Amino acid sequence: MEKSVSKPMKFLFYFLTIGYAGIALFPFFWAFYTSLRPTKEAFKLNFDFSGLSFDTYINLIEKNDILKWYFNSIVIAVCVTIIGVVLSTMAGYALARINFKGKNIIFMTILGIMMIPGQITMIPQYMLLNEFNFVNTYVGLIIPFVFNAFNIFMMRQFFLSFPISLEEAAEIDGLNRFGIFFKIALPLAKPAVTTITIMTFMGSWNNFLMPNLLITSRDMYTLPVGMASLNSQYFSFPNQTMAGAMLLSIPMVILFLICQRYFIEGVTSSGIK
Amino acid sequence: MKKQTLENIAGWIFIAPVVILMVVFIIGPAIFSFGLSFKDYNLLKPDQSTWVLFENYKELISDPNFYQALFNTLKYSIVVVPVQTFIALCLATVANQKIRGKTFFRVAYYIPAVTSAVASASMFMFLFNTNGIANKFLGLFGFKAVSWFTDPTYALPLAMIMAIWSTVGTQMLVFLAGLQDIPSDVYEAAAIDGATGMQQFKSITIPMLSEKTMFVVVVGMIGTLQMFDQAFIISGGTGGPLGSTTTVVLYLYNKAFGENRLGYGSAVAVCLFIIIFTLTLLQKYYFEERPKRLERKVV
Repeated sequence: MEKSVSKPMKFLFYFLTIGYAGIALFPFFWAFYTSLRPTKEAFKLNFDFSGLSFDTYINLIEKNDILKWYFNSIVIAVCVTIIGVVLSTMAGYALARINFKGKNIIFMTILGIMMIPGQITMIPQYMLLNEFNFVNTYVGLIIPFVFNAFNIFMMRQFFLSFPISLEEAAEIDGLNRFGIFFKIALPLAKPAVTTITIMTFMGSWNNFLMPNLLITSRDMYTLPVGMASLNSQYFSFPNQTMAGAMLLSIPMVILFLICQRYFIEGVTSSGIK
Repeated sequence: MKKQTLENIAGWIFIAPVVILMVVFIIGPAIFSFGLSFKDYNLLKPDQSTWVLFENYKELISDPNFYQALFNTLKYSIVVVPVQTFIALCLATVANQKIRGKTFFRVAYYIPAVTSAVASASMFMFLFNTNGIANKFLGLFGFKAVSWFTDPTYALPLAMIMAIWSTVGTQMLVFLAGLQDIPSDVYEAAAIDGATGMQQFKSITIPMLSEKTMFVVVVGMIGTLQMFDQAFIISGGTGGPLGSTTTVVLYLYNKAFGENRLGYGSAVAVCLFIIIFTLTLLQKYYFEERPKRLERKVV
């Protein structure tokens, strides 16, 4: 719906939209600006662009294992995403298209799981991983986070929504279920797969609670866990903590700027169900 | 082989990994958690664990700290949800008008939502430090400078501001999608009948968006009731100052993993589960039954 409005209304609209854009972006601007300032000026509120440098970043990276934390975060997020997306897509496909015994009960269970809060599984998950010595390991930080009921549900809805005729034609041509899935269904599902890929990656990258619990050794830290520890360590050096906040958030912001469309799709499709 | 057998085999090959993960990491732990909540289980002395039946729950309902955590969480939820929903609705309505730079606004509003809670918490703690720029700005309107995260009165409001800032963008996108689904001829008809912009907003936009609003409110409530990251960072994990930022999940975390009392922590988790599950059921009822109820009305 787009309609023309009066001048004062238009002014109000721009005032609101620009004003809120300022609120949304100002913290980043101020944090970034502070992270470039020398320590003794970091608390000052003036604008002084003369002494800006990336020294704080270099110092922070030299004194802490930040590159290792990046590496950990990337390894974990990439593995969780790849394994999670492949399994969710296959499961979603099976629930949408294959008539196998037990399908209904599995689907109902997945729907049920979407309704329970993660905290109920937190303590036993921790005990389980502790028991089998998966604390401080990549496996312990990847495998428990691969299952995602919402992704499975979304892929099922996606496969249900597109026409079955192509798959039937492929079946007549002699392709079996696996051939149909990998050669026909999967390539057609690219937009939905991209959306869940991005949402899963973001979830893993920003995940804090469980990793904070499951990592006790400094060189297994993921970025959020590491930055949380720096936050208390460098509390009186805002240029350092702000540089940390930038190092943690900028990769996600860049990814968002590149793949906006899929982020937005991810959000809006979650509102449809 | 018969076709149905082949289908069964294929189906199970596709679904088996997910089912295994689901049983091991979700269903198993969830059931285990209920059992654990009736036990006194110390992480450091697992062999000394005993069944205590309802003792954990009894202790829970008589612990003033739990009530404080519950009260903080509810207060947080009751303030954050309406405010963020209202701001998101206003922004979506405005962003849906004929204005320039729509894409820019959509991107700008959603950037806080992709930012890790750890990063946004540390940014806000700096912005809102006693001599920080937020106090300076509020000072222009006559507000006294306060020490936001060390003063028990202001620590939770700071967490609220942060939560609103991070969530508005997401909810705006949901509303925007809803607005775009409203057929424009409804507005045209209203305009012909002489309805003003405000009347159209009240009698068309708000009712047509009621489903999205319900969704945003329930998801917002569920999210706020599970608040942890911001409280953890603001208070350095303690829930301070004076317990003012202890949320239910932070309370659970500190009982279970700070004091190693896993049984008691599970009892807290069960309570949280009951609250959230009830909310979700209400939402499901609303979404699934409402169209039926409406149908009945029409017939």
